[in-house]
Amino acid sequence: MPESLTTIAYLVAGVLFILSLGGLSTQKTARRGNAYGIAGMLLALGITAAGHVHSYGALAIAVAVGSLIGTVLAMRVEMTSMPELVAVLHSFVGLAAVFVGIASYLGSTPDMAHAEGVIHAVEVFVGVFVGALTFTGSVVAFGKLKGVLRSKPLLLPGRHALNLLLLLLAVGLGARFLSAAEHDGLSSLLIMTGVAGILGVHLVLAIGGADMPVVVSMLNSYSGWAAAAAGFMLENDLLIITGALVGSSGAILSYIMCRAMNRSFWSVIFGGFGADEGAAPAKRAGSEPQGEVTSISAGETAALLRDAKQVVIVPGYGMAVAHAQYPVYEIASLLQKHGVKVRFAIHPVAGRLPGHMNVLLAEAKVPYDIVLEMEEINEDFPETDVVLVIGANDIVNPGALSDSSSPIYGMPVLEVWKSKATVVMKRSMASGYAGVENPLFFLENSKMLFGDAKKNVDAILTELRSTASSAAAE
Amino acid sequence: MKIGIPKEIRPGERRVAATPDTVSRLIKLGFEVQVESQAGAGASFSDADYTSLGATIVPAARQLWGQSELVLKVQPPEQNLELGVHEAELLPEGATLVSFIWPAKNGELVERLAARRATVLAMDQVPRITRAQKMDALSSMANIAGYRAVIEAASFYGRFFTGQMTAAGKVPPAKVLVIGAGVAGLAAIGAARSLGAIVRAFDTRSEVREQIQSMGAEFLEVSIKEEGAGGGGYAKTMSPEFIAAEMALFAKQAKEVDIIITTALVPSKAAPLLITEEMVSSMRQGSVIVDLAAEAGGNCALTRPGEVVTHDGVTVIGYVDLPSRLAPTASQLYGSNLTHLLADMGGAKSFHVDLEDAVVRGAIVLHEGKLTWPPPKSAPMHAPPAPPTKSVAPPAPEPPKPVAHPLRDALLAAIALGLLALLGTVAPKEFVSHLTVFVLACFVGWQVVWNVTPALHTPLMSVTNAISGIILVGGMLQISGPISSPVTLLSAAAVLLATINISGGFWVTTRMLRMFQR
Repeated sequence: MPESLTTIAYLVAGVLFILSLGGLSTQKTARRGNAYGIAGMLLALGITAAGHVHSYGALAIAVAVGSLIGTVLAMRVEMTSMPELVAVLHSFVGLAAVFVGIASYLGSTPDMAHAEGVIHAVEVFVGVFVGALTFTGSVVAFGKLKGVLRSKPLLLPGRHALNLLLLLLAVGLGARFLSAAEHDGLSSLLIMTGVAGILGVHLVLAIGGADMPVVVSMLNSYSGWAAAAAGFMLENDLLIITGALVGSSGAILSYIMCRAMNRSFWSVIFGGFGADEGAAPAKRAGSEPQGEVTSISAGETAALLRDAKQVVIVPGYGMAVAHAQYPVYEIASLLQKHGVKVRFAIHPVAGRLPGHMNVLLAEAKVPYDIVLEMEEINEDFPETDVVLVIGANDIVNPGALSDSSSPIYGMPVLEVWKSKATVVMKRSMASGYAGVENPLFFLENSKMLFGDAKKNVDAILTELRSTASSAAAE
Repeated sequence: MKIGIPKEIRPGERRVAATPDTVSRLIKLGFEVQVESQAGAGASFSDADYTSLGATIVPAARQLWGQSELVLKVQPPEQNLELGVHEAELLPEGATLVSFIWPAKNGELVERLAARRATVLAMDQVPRITRAQKMDALSSMANIAGYRAVIEAASFYGRFFTGQMTAAGKVPPAKVLVIGAGVAGLAAIGAARSLGAIVRAFDTRSEVREQIQSMGAEFLEVSIKEEGAGGGGYAKTMSPEFIAAEMALFAKQAKEVDIIITTALVPSKAAPLLITEEMVSSMRQGSVIVDLAAEAGGNCALTRPGEVVTHDGVTVIGYVDLPSRLAPTASQLYGSNLTHLLADMGGAKSFHVDLEDAVVRGAIVLHEGKLTWPPPKSAPMHAPPAPPTKSVAPPAPEPPKPVAHPLRDALLAAIALGLLALLGTVAPKEFVSHLTVFVLACFVGWQVVWNVTPALHTPLMSVTNAISGIILVGGMLQISGPISSPVTLLSAAAVLLATINISGGFWVTTRMLRMFQR
């Protein structure tokens, strides 16, 4: 097969990938986008298999097993566990990049006399480094999301120094690797892989649960850069293009998430939430929210909802944990039948994955045109009669706008307190992941509905159904 | 301590100084309460309502006054024509009276009360400080007057307040102009807005702009900048230029609006004349003016206090008893103000007049017969009372903005360019061409991904997951060696992992996107 044909095929595949991401700009075109992605991938694999592979045995087995595992994973995963799936898939890309890098080192004869050789060695080294980092970081992220590891940030003393030390160690190993003759650098490469792995573990362990959306999208970005690095070492433009696309996509998502929390990227990556907070709680002691917390029963909540004209539902991670999205939507559709205008308000960092809430609501068949972004709905809160906050805390904290001593000060939030009444469903009065008191709970027009989100939502639903049927009986 | 609640004798006064609810609160404070028979009749409270909560009914006025140590009233004491005696004479020697007094214009009354060695607290003199808001009877009554003004206007106005599209055609909404956005003005704005009218408001104090806008009205301005805030939440008299400009504004508005509600008062002065006869004539037939300043002379040239007059088809309402026209609510709020004051003064057990207390010092006119009014001017008593319906939203200060570092940015750009130039001199051609592809792809990715709707960020992640499985190609390029060589094994492992990614990523994306539906 002529070299140029392969290149053209790669070009087409690259364009298809770009179209695939472009298709995701609206819900209408999203499925076509996914199809473009699949087409691009099949084209790329077909042309590579035809042009560059001479023995198909190992390839066939690996592909067959891999597809089977992937398909089973994808079919079985629950939408609430999407963050875990995404994290585990990132770890695979990272590990694959490590393997490809090492194989590439072993498979070629390093020629350190020329610039080409040095550059190739650097590419291998960087590719393996990023791959290993992605792999272990994703595994830890997976553990945290799954609940196997504690989601609290692990803050070792002198952790910045430790990170720096690991990084310097990797650079030192790199120097040794480049100066090694033939394949003698392998030991340096493998040790560095271990060092990068430890760095990945440590970095992600230091990040708290609420920052997981940033971590997951950051690892997404890393997995892209790892693929791009592999493209450089194998001189393959398609890998470079795809890696760059994925890398920048993850970078944008991280940026969006950071902006939604009003935190700098670096403070998320190196901070751990509220790491520099030692003095802050004392300062805040004077401005602790004061007042009475009013609690409300599920029955009263149902009555409140029924009498409202406009209702906004604010879901948070608590809804995902309790798997309450189905009854929540049933409540919404019952209310709509009563003529109540119901909408959903999604904060960019609600959940543990960018856009996680949207997927959960979509799973429960909530039409996407009543699911609104923060910017779209914030100005409607003053006209809203009842806001139902389900398992969310920090994203509805008025302190973020008014209390300059609050660690989340400046973070844009859903301004639910401007509505006529707010019902907050919560397990207890404990503070959110950010560990910040929420003055919302003490406001006069806020009512607390304590207990398990699923049970409470079910109770409200039962109440609404019974009144609906009794109204019909009359 | 015995409290007496006499029946108000001013003709047309329907309010009463205590409702059954405030009576029960007074009793909780330890007072013994007696109410004159039929005292609550005007406000729809029967004698039985009072007795059921523990008050005693006293049939005759003379008896009630005679038995009370503390008398709570609405209107200042006046000549009781029925009994042929002034109410001040009915007050026992040395007793305490709490009511509206208006000491500035009722000098003779104050003298009469002084002769009785009475202690007198004037509800109209309660200072407008934050702590005293719960006792601020003027605000309570102004709030009611503002609401009632709109209701009166609506009853004289022959059209809807709210605009409607009916099968029979379109009805335009009424346009209401409220002049003066004090407590009464804001209440009027709120009531008119709830009826569906388009409301504009004017005030010389720029500080009320936000309050006006928060109530849903448009804030009208004149081009001259002059601050009109006087002390205690009131306005001051403005300069002639400003007055000319505001009169021009009113003349223009008079031609446009259907309802004008004026609430402009300057403390201890006659109300400013704002609406001239020509302006009234220029209004549409059927328009209504409600003058809440009628008692102080009126803001409208045609206002006759206590009356409704019609001029060129425009109704001018000069009622001076608007709170009394909403007697049950007015009595309840006034009674609550009294109850708060008495609770502050120690309740029944430790009732005392504390002249150090800012509220008492402001309100007290006579202390055991000695004149204590006006109070010595001490600390400025600003802090206007909050508007009646205040939104609970905390103020949202601007989040801190990142600071730009032009110098640092330029330096970084220079360093980056330098490194690229260095790379260009040493790197082989192939590497540079790959780098070109890489950098351009980054930019394309950046542009494309910004367009992705946030709702699809999870599918975006799973799709990018799937396509980052392209690293499979890297495995394939090296898989063709002998099956047992480490290169082949590593490549096969990479292919396996990448395939999981590809199939898993695309499958799960397909699943998710199927769920998104309208």
